[in-house]
Amino acid sequence: MFLALRELRFAKVRFGLMGAVVALIAVLMVMLSGLSVGLVRDGVSGLQNLPVTSFAFERGVQHDAAFSRSVVDVSAVDAWRSRPGVAEAAPYGNALINAKSDRGVDIDLALFGVAPDSFLSPEVSEGSRLNGPDGIVVAGTALDAGLRIGDTITVDRLGTKLRVIGATGGQDTFGHVDVAYVPLPAWQLIKAGVRQGGTVPEQATRDITAVAVRAEPGASVDLAAGDAAAGTESLTLEESYGASPGYTAETSTLQLIQGFLYAISALVVGAFFAVWAIQRRHEVAVLRAMGASRSWLLRDALTQAFLLLVAAVAIGAGIGVGLGSLITGGGVPFALSAPSVTAAAAGIVMLGLVGAGAAVARIASIDPATALGGNR
Amino acid sequence: MTSQAAPAPGPREGDTSTPDRRTPDHEGLVMTGVCLQHGDGSETVQALDDVDLAVRPGELAAIVGPSGAGKSSLLAVAGGLATPDRGTVTVAGIDITAVGARARAKLRREHIGFVFQSGNLIPALTALDQLRLPLRFRPRRARSGRDPMKLLADVGMADKAGRHPHRLSGGERQRVGIARALVTEPSVLLVDEPTAALDRARSHEIVRLLAREAGQHGVAAVMVTHDHDVLEHCDTVYEMVDGRLTALT
Repeated sequence: MFLALRELRFAKVRFGLMGAVVALIAVLMVMLSGLSVGLVRDGVSGLQNLPVTSFAFERGVQHDAAFSRSVVDVSAVDAWRSRPGVAEAAPYGNALINAKSDRGVDIDLALFGVAPDSFLSPEVSEGSRLNGPDGIVVAGTALDAGLRIGDTITVDRLGTKLRVIGATGGQDTFGHVDVAYVPLPAWQLIKAGVRQGGTVPEQATRDITAVAVRAEPGASVDLAAGDAAAGTESLTLEESYGASPGYTAETSTLQLIQGFLYAISALVVGAFFAVWAIQRRHEVAVLRAMGASRSWLLRDALTQAFLLLVAAVAIGAGIGVGLGSLITGGGVPFALSAPSVTAAAAGIVMLGLVGAGAAVARIASIDPATALGGNR
Repeated sequence: MTSQAAPAPGPREGDTSTPDRRTPDHEGLVMTGVCLQHGDGSETVQALDDVDLAVRPGELAAIVGPSGAGKSSLLAVAGGLATPDRGTVTVAGIDITAVGARARAKLRREHIGFVFQSGNLIPALTALDQLRLPLRFRPRRARSGRDPMKLLADVGMADKAGRHPHRLSGGERQRVGIARALVTEPSVLLVDEPTAALDRARSHEIVRLLAREAGQHGVAAVMVTHDHDVLEHCDTVYEMVDGRLTALT
């Protein structure tokens, strides 16, 4: 570190410019990380907030569209309730609707049909919990979109009227749409397309999207055996995220961009240190002639790269977090989390070190005899 | 033609110190029957041809000769930077041709000092740090050596200890380079064209300094030079032509 620190101090402009590039990459990485987390929350926070460990969908359903395509008979709930390791099982319905409030607010909602007395019935921060046949609990973010407790919303085309009686505390969204918890019978009518005052088909009152299952704490539920008994096809809660509209495409796109940025980071840092190593060839030959071991030189060069990367990434991540805090809460789905920012920063440092390591490894091959004579 | 071992150097004018603890039997530099070939394009060049050389502690030996005669090759072999095809090289009683690259690097850290053309100082280091650096190559517990600040004072550079190389003159850089080579208390000092970029007065000053330090501290010094003006300060002079070494004095 003796030489590494002094070179960093001496060549401030050179290392400063390189650090600025790494810092910019870190800013981009933090912003992308924030977008990733934001999009995930926008896509599946409603599912994440459910006290569920798995969903049992219709057997053979297309996994990436399970929430919209699956239809399960409500009798499957009892089959799951009796499975070993299952703490609770309840019917769950899912439907996306367009609606308009009586104060003229147009809003899209993801209806989560739940039995008001089941473990799926949400806690509220305002108003009251699910109780009547047409009362709904909306996500706290739906209030930001213009709904008020006490509003009546009308479902487009069907004319079904629902009353907003409560709101959850934070963000509850599914497929970038605010969640509204609806009593299961009301959800079944909407899902079946029954107009206000229309005839209700008998089967409509038996259909649900899936069985929501909560395992006992620490217990492992044999999903395959449960599916065989109930005639369903289970996905864990995390697997079910992929069934949220657009979730897989969005997350994989962002992961791809992040992957490219990591690669660019490694290449940029590697290229810088490769040029730096070439410029130092004669100096390194002198050091080796003086008795510096290869390991001493490599350790010194990697320490230099590490210090540069850590400082630049810390500055970049700080700027990224600052910019991110300005965006958070606006229209852009953006959310910063300490683990994701830390992971992004650590990723740049690690891959930067890999790039630098590959570049400075050539130091080991420099012939110390070139320090003699007029070699330059 | 091969050289003979030179007689032990006598005390120089103004040199009242005594050589240090090293004994001529085990210290210094001894090269015996050294041959080295290396490629030059499609041809093979005999860089060193049966070279014998013995330099005792406290002795400053100069090697002159035209460019391409093999002077740098001799320094490379003597310093363990190149392995001869034949012959032996002994530094401080250790046959460096019989050990591996890591052991040779250790030997350079502990027993050999190099003075390069124009000092070849590290741009990022101050004069004082240039001297601290070689001590850092050693394990922490083995970082003995001469006091860098005192050594800088000995070569007349104490007042410029905080300066970087670009703020030093050519002569000053070379003084720092000499001090850097001596800070580890080497047995052998290998000096490569120390006056190449210096005027006449500075050249004499630098070679006088080398001779004084070698004599005072019992270092066996070999200096390769084109500059015949400075040979008066050397104990022995050799000429190298086409890889063969001949004693002139």
